[in-house]
Amino acid sequence: MSQTAAAPAAAAAGRDRADGRPFIRISGVTKTFSGFVAVNDLTLEVREGEIFCLLGGSGSGKSTLLRMLAGFETPDRGRIEIDGQDMTGVPPWARPVNMMFQSYALFPHMSVARNVEYGLRQDGVPRAERAERVARMLELVKLTPFADRRPAQLSGGQRQRVALARALVKRPKALLLDEPLSALDKKLREETQFELLDIQEKLGTTFIVVTHDQEEAMTLGDRIGVMDAGELIQVDAPRDLYEYPRNRFIAEFVGSVNIFEGRVVEDEADHVLLGDTDLGAEIFIHHGLSCQMGQTLWVAVRPEKMRLTAARPDDARNAAQGVIEDIAYLGGLTHYRVRLDGGKTVRVTRANVERRHADGLTWNDRAWISWPPEAGVALTS
Amino acid sequence: MSAPRRRAPLARMGRALVALAPMAWLGVFFLIPFAVVLRVSLAEPAIARPPFTDIWEWADGVLTIILNFGNYLFLIEDPLYYTAYLNSIWMAASATLICLVIAYPMALAIARAAPRRRPMLLMLVVLPFWTSFLLRMYALIGLMAPTGFVNTVLGALGLEPIVMLQTDFAVYAGIVTGYMPLMVLPLYATLEKLDDSLLEAAHDLGAGPTRAFLTVTLPLSAPGIAAGCLLVFIPAVGEYVIPALLGGPDQLMIGKVLWTEFFNNRDWPVASAVAIAMLAFLALPIMFIRNALGVKE
Repeated sequence: MSQTAAAPAAAAAGRDRADGRPFIRISGVTKTFSGFVAVNDLTLEVREGEIFCLLGGSGSGKSTLLRMLAGFETPDRGRIEIDGQDMTGVPPWARPVNMMFQSYALFPHMSVARNVEYGLRQDGVPRAERAERVARMLELVKLTPFADRRPAQLSGGQRQRVALARALVKRPKALLLDEPLSALDKKLREETQFELLDIQEKLGTTFIVVTHDQEEAMTLGDRIGVMDAGELIQVDAPRDLYEYPRNRFIAEFVGSVNIFEGRVVEDEADHVLLGDTDLGAEIFIHHGLSCQMGQTLWVAVRPEKMRLTAARPDDARNAAQGVIEDIAYLGGLTHYRVRLDGGKTVRVTRANVERRHADGLTWNDRAWISWPPEAGVALTS
Repeated sequence: MSAPRRRAPLARMGRALVALAPMAWLGVFFLIPFAVVLRVSLAEPAIARPPFTDIWEWADGVLTIILNFGNYLFLIEDPLYYTAYLNSIWMAASATLICLVIAYPMALAIARAAPRRRPMLLMLVVLPFWTSFLLRMYALIGLMAPTGFVNTVLGALGLEPIVMLQTDFAVYAGIVTGYMPLMVLPLYATLEKLDDSLLEAAHDLGAGPTRAFLTVTLPLSAPGIAAGCLLVFIPAVGEYVIPALLGGPDQLMIGKVLWTEFFNNRDWPVASAVAIAMLAFLALPIMFIRNALGVKE
């Protein structure tokens, strides 16, 4: 939701141009480190002008993929193209992309201005033009008063902006960002996210962001690719990723979720019914699925889409009774943990639209949980 | 707030004690000997035991202090001494530079080697230190002597023998092999700390290997270069054993001059003046350079 609010223009522009040609094309890339497969036969296309987030845990291969784009690692197999140009055998210093390092990797022996100027010097840009471009870039990241400082004299947020300016000053075709916000504290991180979006919108540069923080990926990304064990599991817009996860891994990795398991007992063209569930009641799926009788299926329901009621809901489907075990009141939201009579714990989130919920449900109360059929996502794996 | 304040005097005393130990060490083994040498350098030679006069006399309630600066004047008048100084500084500086040029790639290679191989490589650098310095120099004589290993091999190949001993080359070889670890170790220490991502950033921003080395690795290893050069240069200037064993009789080096004054001429005052002057020549510029560097940091 925040990403559409913050960068609608950039996102839209990216998508418009996108349909014409993929800007960065990774095809069948594999990278192995002494027997360990870091990236496995991965294929991905990134569009011009979009912010693409690679989301994954540590060891998922996301950083290796980024380093292959920068040229620090060479794929064992496969091919990487940037703007139609094959990158095989092109060293890092000759690639049309720049990287913002997780540690920022600012040169400690150079001033802020010299750090930013470094890339232009390497390209032999004339002095006057260098000065002008550095000044403009420092202005963009609001660091003009700090031009003569050394990196050691800056705060974490300022260093992050120097790193950004240094990587952007060469006008790269794509900016690679390795965990761009992980070194900042939470409050600064939120501000910086929006600054990043702002700058990206102004410049229209393609961003490829590696992150393990799904909130960061959701805020920044026009599209997110979730990686696990060297493979891309799902590539989608944040909303689609959240609302339509492809499997249990994605559902659990992105946001919190309740996953119920059951076996198909009724398989019709317009609905499927699961029996023998850990909900303790039948689960109704409101659309047809290609499945077999007796097959195990899962249904994922987000906590905020669950209902919590004192009385049995009228629509008796997908409902079960339990005891409220835990309540976390967060102001705008309240999280409940309900232990079902069958033993399973279910998470329910309620928005506090009223000052007090009329039903007054509290610790150790018996209550019903349920969800409308369209709130659940049926998963086959 | 009050607890730490109450503890402060104790802590301060502890800190003072810790600082006192090296101070006492320096006092006993540097300052007092230095004062003795300074005193001797201001005395006159005498045929006595010890072979110099006292610089003060106490007679009839009169304290007479006689400071003889003649020894220092002598150093200036006789070209032997400043030629020896300049030659020593020149040779030490050249040897230091050769050391640096050889040691830098070694240190860089060790720092870039796989972490589990580094201790072994460092060990190989330090290993020569486990044998006596003198033995290593005699080994060099064995290599470079007119009938030594190198010339025997050359002879066997039907080539003319080369004169190596008693030349500048032999002295350089001695200093470079003798002091190499002192150059490699500080260089390695700074290069090993160098963050790899800085080099990657340089590459990413368009710098090829050479440019990245010149703009990132080299400037960031400056402290190691300075430390290594000082560690080699300072002892090399006053070096006596290497020029005495490997060098020729016509090579004027201050260490040899010092030795001759002390033990051949038995002129302790002049010898002490030579030592003090050398210290002043070396220590003052180095302190000045250190201060200049310190201000920059």
